[in-house]
Amino acid sequence: MSTVIQVSNLSKQYRLGQVGTGSLSHDINRLWHRAWGKEDPYLKIGEENNRETKGNSDYVWALKDINFDIEQGDRVGIIGRNGAGKSTLLKILSRTTSPTSGSVKIKGKVASLLEVGTGFHPDLSGRDNVFLNGAILGMSRKDIKSRFDEIVDFAGVERYIDTPVKRYSSGMYVRLAFAVAAYLESDILIVDEVLAVGDHEFQKRCLGKLSDVSNKEGRTVIFVSHNMDAVLRLCSHAIILNNGKINGYSNTNNIIDTYLKSDFGTTSLRRWTDDSAPGNQVVRLKEVVVHDEDYNRNETFNITKRVGITMTYEVLQEDVIFTHGINLYNSQGLNILNSHDIVSELRKFPRKKGVYSSTSWIPGNFLAEGTVVVGVAIFNHKPFHIHFHELDAVAFNVVDSFAGDAARGDYVEGFPGIVRPILNWETEKSN
Amino acid sequence: MPDTQTESWDLIIQPKTSWFNLRLNELWSYRDLLFIMVKRDFIAAYKQTILGPLWHFLQPLFTTIVFVIVFGRIARIPTDNIPQPLFYLCGLTLWNYFSACLNGTSNTFIANAGIFGKVYFPRLIIPLSVVISNAIKLGIQFLLLLAMMAWYAVKGYDFHIGLNILWIPVVIIIVALLGLAMGILISALTTKYRDMTVLMSFAVQLLMYATPVIYPLSFIPEKYKNLIGLNPLTWLTEAFRNGLLGNGLVDISMIGYSVLVTLLLLLASIMIFSKVEKTFMDTV
Repeated sequence: MSTVIQVSNLSKQYRLGQVGTGSLSHDINRLWHRAWGKEDPYLKIGEENNRETKGNSDYVWALKDINFDIEQGDRVGIIGRNGAGKSTLLKILSRTTSPTSGSVKIKGKVASLLEVGTGFHPDLSGRDNVFLNGAILGMSRKDIKSRFDEIVDFAGVERYIDTPVKRYSSGMYVRLAFAVAAYLESDILIVDEVLAVGDHEFQKRCLGKLSDVSNKEGRTVIFVSHNMDAVLRLCSHAIILNNGKINGYSNTNNIIDTYLKSDFGTTSLRRWTDDSAPGNQVVRLKEVVVHDEDYNRNETFNITKRVGITMTYEVLQEDVIFTHGINLYNSQGLNILNSHDIVSELRKFPRKKGVYSSTSWIPGNFLAEGTVVVGVAIFNHKPFHIHFHELDAVAFNVVDSFAGDAARGDYVEGFPGIVRPILNWETEKSN
Repeated sequence: MPDTQTESWDLIIQPKTSWFNLRLNELWSYRDLLFIMVKRDFIAAYKQTILGPLWHFLQPLFTTIVFVIVFGRIARIPTDNIPQPLFYLCGLTLWNYFSACLNGTSNTFIANAGIFGKVYFPRLIIPLSVVISNAIKLGIQFLLLLAMMAWYAVKGYDFHIGLNILWIPVVIIIVALLGLAMGILISALTTKYRDMTVLMSFAVQLLMYATPVIYPLSFIPEKYKNLIGLNPLTWLTEAFRNGLLGNGLVDISMIGYSVLVTLLLLLASIMIFSKVEKTFMDTV
């Protein structure tokens, strides 16, 4: 196997904030330094890219000294939370922007699919758009012509091929656009996860096609996603990016532990210190945190483990009675469950002033994999009154275990369903 | 990795490249895209219109009528003994091509930010496709001009057409390159600072008055002639008019000056353009 992509000391700096008169003076300063053969003064400053901490500098490093090699025929997943540098890396690899320092060396032809239907013109027919889109992606007319029938066949739009694409359903549009890209003649295919949209059946075909592309044709695939689940299914290797740096690079079976240990926590903890805190003159929310069995804050949980959600609040009035509740939503916005406290003793009696914490436990082997958004509330039943109800308070991820101890057993394909409990099965021979 | 130094790479992505690495060979490998872009522009422009390409007749026709009334009848600016409608239409045909090239290419980066942000191809393809699409429109407008010339020929007007007609293709190519050069220069400068877009909107209009479109160069007083002469379009417009209508100043040395200015501007603008195309997505 030979190395087809070699990334060395790759960095990318961005300037935050608005372009205005200030940027002109920086530009002039930069030109001045360059004219005298000095180093760009703004490359020395700049901070690690972390959205939570407010930086002191206008410059941030979206990527800082990234190094990795990719072998021919590998399917490499690049994962990380929003802002980790995935898109920046993708943009540099696909040449839509240039690095600030370092280099990328590539062998073979690169095709990047950062978006389906790039350059599709709504007024042109499907046929014209296949040629247009193919040409934008770097194919010659001859190549497109020789693969035209395959493309139309894969997309399943024969009947509409001479209709303007603005009359297409969104599903047809995506299918046609993906088909052009999938049949593209290239050695390296860079794919953004947006491609994995569309209905389930088509999604399976897309992922299947991408596997074929790498297994049968020996092409290299780079797949960018913030969904560990999709990366596990598609990729042979995975790179974890965090704050512009590589947290881990290994084959996908080994990387899951790194992924679970790494701090992807941005939203698993929320604190309120000022008057903007949810609540009223009776009770005010102070903190919501998602944690494991040892009360360590975490954002990503193995599907087999219990998840604790603790809300801390301050009671500001003597002798009020109330109860607490949570709502869980999945990434599609579907309400997985609602629960309120019907168990604790305190809920029955008037509360004294002070700070309280209430924890609810979600059992292991219960939620399906994916992102879970948590809402919290404190309210009264009789008379019904809501003191606060904070939807989207925190969120966490559930990652399925492929060790055979979860509901999926040894099955590794996509597993539908809103919850994923292990059910009891009894089988008897009746005659 | 023992042999990475000696391995051959097809592509090396680096922050800095030479000013003179214009990657024109890469442009050639994307020629099919250029052809399809031109076709797209042409088809898309007339989808859901009734008159279609006929619109290209109407715009210069009405402008000519207005010019005849305002500059010809009211202001009484002479037209070198050429019938007024012919004079204005001839100047307008060339001017329209220049301004369409300039306007169409000057927003290359901003108008295509969406597609440029998603996929790489030589960015010059877009302005080149604008210049070629507009050449097709120029061809249509040229038919209108020829029709009007035929009308005057039937009425007995003598065009004195001679060897100067050979200037026409030369002039058209130079005007296209000049429009392209100025347009991509402006497009490169507007990615970060939008001030140029504001300037552009009225500068093009004003430039027309510094070009012999509504007046012949012979009408200009001596003291302003040098100023008007700095504008390369002046000499190109005059030569174009001479080639077609047999009246206008053909000054070989000044045409040479126009060609030189155009080529220098083109080289400089392509160099700046290819610098900007690498990072414009960060500032656009």
